[in-house]
Amino acid sequence: MSLEEWLNRPPGMDLLVREKDNTAESELFFRRALVLLGIVLAGFLAVASRLVYLQVLHHERFTTLSENNRVRLQPLPPTRGFIFDRNGVLLADNLTSYHLEVTREQVQDLDATMMELRERIELTDADIERFHKLVRRSPPYAGVPLRFRLTDEEIARLAIDLYRLPGVEIKADLTRHYPLEALGVHILGYVGRIDESELSHIDPGQYSGSTHIGKVGVERFYEDVLRGRTGWQQVETNAEGRPLRILNRTPPVPGQHVYLTVDMRLQAVAEKALDGYNGVVVALDPRNGEVLALASQPTYDPNPFVNGIDFASYRKLNTSKDRPLLNRALRGVYPPGSTIKPLMALAGLEYGVVNRHSGVYCPGFYRLPGSSHRFRDWKRSGHGSVGMDRAIAQSCDVYFYDLAFNLGIDRLHEFLDQFSFGRQTGIDLSGEKSGLLPSQEWKRRMHKHGWFAGDTLSVGIGQGYFLTTPLQLAHATAVISQKGADFKPRVLLATEDPGTRIKTLEPPRQLPPVKVKNAQFWDTIIAGMIHVIEGGTAYRIGIGAKYRIAGKTGTAQVFTLGQREKYNARQLPKHLLDHALFVAFAPADDPRIAVAVIAEHGGGGSKTAAPIARKVMDAWLLNKYDDASIAPGSPPASDDGLHGTE
Amino acid sequence: MEQNDNGKLFKLIHLDVPLLLGLLAVSGLGMIVLYSAGQQNMDLVLGQGMRLGLGFVIMLALAQAPPRYFRLWSPWIYLAGIALLLAVMAVGDISKGAQRWLDLGVIRFQPSEVMKLAVPMMMGWFFAEKPLPPRWLHLLGGVLITAIPFVLIAEQPDLGTALVVGSAGAFALFLAGLSWIIMFGITLLLGAAIPLFWTFIMHDYQRQRVLTFLNPESDPLGTGYHIIQSKIAIGSGGIYGRGWLNGTQSHLDFLPEGSTDFIFAAFSEEFGLVGACLLLALYFFIIARSLYMAAGAPDTYTRLLAGSLTLIFFLYAFVNSGMVSGLLPVVGLPLPLFSYGGTSLVTIMAGFGILMSVYSHRRTPTR
Repeated sequence: MSLEEWLNRPPGMDLLVREKDNTAESELFFRRALVLLGIVLAGFLAVASRLVYLQVLHHERFTTLSENNRVRLQPLPPTRGFIFDRNGVLLADNLTSYHLEVTREQVQDLDATMMELRERIELTDADIERFHKLVRRSPPYAGVPLRFRLTDEEIARLAIDLYRLPGVEIKADLTRHYPLEALGVHILGYVGRIDESELSHIDPGQYSGSTHIGKVGVERFYEDVLRGRTGWQQVETNAEGRPLRILNRTPPVPGQHVYLTVDMRLQAVAEKALDGYNGVVVALDPRNGEVLALASQPTYDPNPFVNGIDFASYRKLNTSKDRPLLNRALRGVYPPGSTIKPLMALAGLEYGVVNRHSGVYCPGFYRLPGSSHRFRDWKRSGHGSVGMDRAIAQSCDVYFYDLAFNLGIDRLHEFLDQFSFGRQTGIDLSGEKSGLLPSQEWKRRMHKHGWFAGDTLSVGIGQGYFLTTPLQLAHATAVISQKGADFKPRVLLATEDPGTRIKTLEPPRQLPPVKVKNAQFWDTIIAGMIHVIEGGTAYRIGIGAKYRIAGKTGTAQVFTLGQREKYNARQLPKHLLDHALFVAFAPADDPRIAVAVIAEHGGGGSKTAAPIARKVMDAWLLNKYDDASIAPGSPPASDDGLHGTE
Repeated sequence: MEQNDNGKLFKLIHLDVPLLLGLLAVSGLGMIVLYSAGQQNMDLVLGQGMRLGLGFVIMLALAQAPPRYFRLWSPWIYLAGIALLLAVMAVGDISKGAQRWLDLGVIRFQPSEVMKLAVPMMMGWFFAEKPLPPRWLHLLGGVLITAIPFVLIAEQPDLGTALVVGSAGAFALFLAGLSWIIMFGITLLLGAAIPLFWTFIMHDYQRQRVLTFLNPESDPLGTGYHIIQSKIAIGSGGIYGRGWLNGTQSHLDFLPEGSTDFIFAAFSEEFGLVGACLLLALYFFIIARSLYMAAGAPDTYTRLLAGSLTLIFFLYAFVNSGMVSGLLPVVGLPLPLFSYGGTSLVTIMAGFGILMSVYSHRRTPTR
């Protein structure tokens, strides 16, 4: 018997090769189907006997167990902590707001009650539609909200007649409120209703009974601190689930108050100084990394987001060309432009490709060896013979083309990496972008071809692939001002227990310092930066200053000019104008503030961005604030945090 | 006569009246129970009504197609299903911790659902012209047809659906007349394979379910909670039940998933032993009628297809009622036509559509 014959042998049956026989197969199927029907019957009988076991033999036991299932755990959501600025100015608190609740089973005629209510308060069709939708989903004994945010007048009008309207109740709850509205919104963020995607990664126990969660900014980053801990109470219910009495109560722990490093007066100055431009001001205290102001224009009012912003307004914010929802300080990426030049000079000194005295001749353009392509200087006539100090002060491109070419991209990348370019600074706000510090390896991965010398030249003047966030620029400026000492930027100054009012200060977060071979290198580039103000590109903001400023102007191209084209600001539409940049710290000999300014499409850094920085530094160093209204109010009563939202 | 006219009408639209009545009875009862188990949420009931309506429309549509089209399409549907399963492995959405969904932009759907129909079709197609009982070689083919999707679905991991698909193939082999001796041997083999399955194939959560099934009290807050609360719900229902809308277990939220996988417990609490047995009897009637219809089919393809589709339905009803009453471990299979939601409802109704088509076209062989 061959293998094939053996394989074709019907298993367990005769060895005859049979033809297909439909009648026989039909009978075979019928027999098998009968067997299966028997199995089906046996299966259902097994389930039925199991039911007899549970429902007849052990009925008593399970009934007792079911009766004992009368105690329910009810969550008690905590009160969210407040947010203050460094001087105790209130930035976020919880307001008591009132809403109207209707319990279906206590209302005899729902429509008539609606009519009665409509005579007293404003009820939109949307309110009523949402109410009916919720009523269909809720058991009849549950109160269903009908109208939110009742005004005092409406409450008064309702209160008189409430006794005639059984099943209608006014309930209090706490709503997050931002008294300064749009001011500082990009730091504060806001809370909003918990959405589907958040449900999947929050602890359901901690959030049971809570409806809101921090969405962006401090509200999101310090969610765990601000939130507090949910409490519980055991409630005995009757057979229909109605609460009868409270057996046991673990009170909620209210959230901590949070004090920010930000000075809202300075924040107001910074936001106002940007007036008319989309842009950013980041001000740090270089001695400890505290964020003093973090302005991103345009802004928006966070209050409507708390209880769900209406669709039209949201779409307007979201689709606006100015992108007010974007926190440009953390999430805007810009070419650093010439503001990177002091660090380039430092890198040149560190690796010995230049020294303080060596110079180049600048004819207004730079050519790579063996190439005819002209890399242009911003000054077409050229700077002539320039050394390092004048190259920084006058922002000579040719000097830095040459420096970058001699350094090479690898050393450039290695050096700038120490200043947190190309990675997050680690600020305590979520959503920070890394920017891009290009390297040979990166270009191979992303662009599938190698690095050109020309790419290095662009990076050398802060253009090309190089992208930074304003926060990174401010942070790097702070590091320069401290001659290498490096602090992580942060917005949290302290937390405060709402009950005991004991403050816990947040310590500065020191990072490993940036070390150079010779500490005098720092002095060399800082001197260059001082000369930017004193006789250099930003000489205008030095006029009348009561302290010494060290800074650097920058201009970031929005589009690339052709080889023979000329940049003419007057002929360009605004959205193609260059971004204006300026970084600075002051006082130069004892720095107490480091600033980065970007005015989008502001044209030149010296003309637009530098005066903004001056205003901010004046305010901080000379205590010159124009808005007297931002002052610490009376401290909130200490028991505020202990109310639940019952 | 009116009776006759109605009979003609249903014949014209290829529906079997007894089976249709059985399906309608179970679905109707299901909606009534759902209203109570879903906390009187009308949206839930309306949603289920829509889904059932869609299911019946699909059944009606499939009943119109002559079975030879199903036969023609069988291998292609099967291959497409396998391809989709592989696609899910590569790009599937993560839903409830398992890779099961394929996002087609407009709709998300589970390719494993398709296999519940495709495996019976493919088994029928494969054995259609082969002499039965099957030869060794053919037996091997049938096992492969079943095993490939089984392994792919079990890997997702979705043990419940894998079980359904695997059983569909096994039932087809049984109906094809596989000899008792071989079945006995396979059973022994499978028994020996269980330890291997336990260690290498099963995921932690699946092992946990089995362990919890063996001793639910060991994990009263985790998976054991489902079984304990479910048993309390059923047991406290007694012979006549607490009455509609009076079940405390489901209304006070003690019974988890009371309107989906555990709706049988909510039903038994309110309608008692009498109601539960009536429901089981209705299921038995549907299955008996379906098997009768399968036996009347004209050829091997239609017989195997119809028979194994029927047994998929049985598997759902049996595994779910067994799991909810604590007879079987917790496997995520819904109670057919009863549980809220689930794409499986549409698949099951499509299966009945094919069954109706087979029976109504029983005078015309597929070839």
